Amino acid sequence: MSEALLEVNNLITEFDTDEGVVRAVDNISFAATAGETLGIVGESGCGKSVTALSIMRLLPQPMGKIVGGEILFKGQNLADLSLPQMEKIRGNNISMVFQEPMTALNPVHTIGRQLTEVLLLHKDITAQQAIQQGVKILDRVGIPSPDIRMTEYPHQLSGGMRQRVVIAIALACNPDLLIADEPTTALDVTIQAQILELIKELQKDLGMSVILITHDLGVIAETCDKVVVMYAGKVAERASVHELFDSPAHPYTQGLLASIPRMDTTPKSRLSIIEGMVPGLLDLPEGCRFENRCPHKRALCEDAPPAIDEVSPGHEVSCYRWQEI
Amino acid sequence: MSKVLLEVQDLKMHFPVKEGILLRTSKYNKAVDGISLEIAPGETLGLVGESGCGKSTLGRCIARLYKPTSGSIKFEGEEISLLGANALSAYRRHIQMIFQDPMESLNSRHTVAEIIEEPLIVQNMGDTAWRAKRVKELLDIVGLPARSVSRYPFEFSGGQRQRIGIARSIALNPKLIICDEPVSALDVSIQSQILNLLVDLQKEFNLSYLFIAHDLAVVKHISDRIAIMYLGKIVETGDSQTIYRNAQHPYTQSLISAIPMPDPHRKVTRQLIIGDVPSPIAPPPGCNFHPRCPRAIERCSVDVPQLSASKADSTGLVSCHLVD
Ligand SMILES: Nc1ncnc2c1ncn2[C@@H]1O[C@H](COP(=O)(O)OP(=O)(O)OP(=O)(O)O)[C@@H](O)[C@H]1O
Ligand SMILES: Nc1ncnc2c1ncn2[C@@H]1O[C@H](COP(=O)(O)OP(=O)(O)OP(=O)(O)O)[C@@H](O)[C@H]1O
Ligand SMILES: [Mg+2]
Ligand SMILES: [Mg+2]
Repeated sequence: MSEALLEVNNLITEFDTDEGVVRAVDNISFAATAGETLGIVGESGCGKSVTALSIMRLLPQPMGKIVGGEILFKGQNLADLSLPQMEKIRGNNISMVFQEPMTALNPVHTIGRQLTEVLLLHKDITAQQAIQQGVKILDRVGIPSPDIRMTEYPHQLSGGMRQRVVIAIALACNPDLLIADEPTTALDVTIQAQILELIKELQKDLGMSVILITHDLGVIAETCDKVVVMYAGKVAERASVHELFDSPAHPYTQGLLASIPRMDTTPKSRLSIIEGMVPGLLDLPEGCRFENRCPHKRALCEDAPPAIDEVSPGHEVSCYRWQEI
Repeated sequence: MSKVLLEVQDLKMHFPVKEGILLRTSKYNKAVDGISLEIAPGETLGLVGESGCGKSTLGRCIARLYKPTSGSIKFEGEEISLLGANALSAYRRHIQMIFQDPMESLNSRHTVAEIIEEPLIVQNMGDTAWRAKRVKELLDIVGLPARSVSRYPFEFSGGQRQRIGIARSIALNPKLIICDEPVSALDVSIQSQILNLLVDLQKEFNLSYLFIAHDLAVVKHISDRIAIMYLGKIVETGDSQTIYRNAQHPYTQSLISAIPMPDPHRKVTRQLIIGDVPSPIAPPPGCNFHPRCPRAIERCSVDVPQLSASKADSTGLVSCHLVD
């Protein structure tokens, strides 16, 4: 097995809020390998973006902090780096594509300025060369009339085009690791297919590792090698993509797979749902975090959180009853 | 006519493109370029298409957040495309919008209670106590805890924020909701709850939806009819089941082939549409899709195809020279 490019071990991230300390990410571990795509799925609010922001060291300040664990990138613990050291890595070795493209783009600067900025920061090139490369990258991600778009502002583009600009900026310096947080959520499927294809291609060309955060199990099935299922700040299940879809072990994963509208579902019929709501981070249960929604709950599930259990090599689950259900 | 709630005729929204040092308008972005459609009470029309093709702009014209350049929008028989601000306010009650990007649509300085209560205040509904009760009821419907009321949008995740937007949009019991990518930011277990909720609300109140989304499995699930849009125009429309089984337009076909399926064993053999999305500022001559169409013939680059009866579907229309 090839060595992990990124290894997240027992990461804990917290926020200071008016209502108290919120532990958004609680003791999670996973690894990303060069040339592979790792998918992260889970309920909204379960901590996927906070995980990504922790790795990038882009947590909102001063509220957010990493309070435990390590983030090993090529053996170096990113959690310990100074901000200037981290700035050298960010955008150059590790890039991120955000969920809401508008928050990633500066509304008062042109596309061209934002794209050339990252190139000039990390590469030894002239402004003129940066503009030329910028146009090329925009063209590569499929933006029409790239030279004109360079002079435009984010609000002049549709949602889909904005996201392609964000991807262009992220890929500008050929990073080792690309963290894509819902990169195709705002895009229609033909463009999604192109973007995912583009990421796959670049991954092959550059041996890039990709962490893909998505709620679309179709996208996971088609693009990921390994999958981490998160629930309320914890890892529920980790498996290869085939294992996960063929024999999901966690009741939450099973519920997710059952609730997708498929092409052969009767229109407007009742979709299967997972009852209830994710517990708030300020009133988490003592035991398993899925306990209040779980159809297989027993008394022991309420007492203490289940540990991670091995189902088979490379397939792990955090559930007391996975063998019985 | 009582069978039609909304009737749109030859609607155009051309944004002026300002250029040069004098910022003269010499060109137009034809974001919506001659669209006609109808929605019946209780019906869902799904709207899909390439990003930037004008879906949100069309939705915003119908919700009269934009004043269209030309064309007609009739709501319950009344022409609303030309109404001024005062006359519009009565109409706003009946037609609401759920937006694509929840962060853009929610005022981040307001609490959740203020955000959801605002349309009730604007429409002078109830007293303070009644509105507070209604806000809690709406939060419950969309699956947020009652104590969210005093929190701010930034304290929620993307999916939770979208639920705040939905609570706000159903506050006034509207007749038509323009749903602009309402579930794209939600994970699937919540997506199915929201879709069930939208279907329930539709049955209970005979609501109509214009449902814009990129997830075709979702659109197929919720829609009675579907319209496929490309570069400001509708290229195919018809019964949603028939379109998925038997798409006529080459663009519709490639759209359907691009759907990611939740099955890792499936061998993906899809025809990616290559090439650039043409700019709506300078659309190509002939058929808008011809530069990317795998089957284009010479005529496609010359003549603009018109929507005409589809062979596959008696109520369907398709705009392609190749299907005659
Ligand atoms: N700045 C903040 N202050 C307080 N809490 C926060 C902050 N940012 C995030 N959180 C909390 O951390 C938790 C995890 O949020 P995160 O954005 O990582 O969710 P997510 O898994 O990315 O969800 P989604 O799929 O909706 O994007 C949420 O419960 C959220 O309310
Ligand atoms: N307020 C505006 N001013 C000028 N141009 C605009 C404005 N809003 C949209 N446009 C342009 O109109 C075209 C259609 O944009 P629109 O947002 O309607 O697309 P869309 O189909 O909703 O795309 P997406 O799927 O990416 O959301 C784009 O070229 C866009 O740049
Ligand atoms: Mg997120
Ligand atoms: Mg849109």
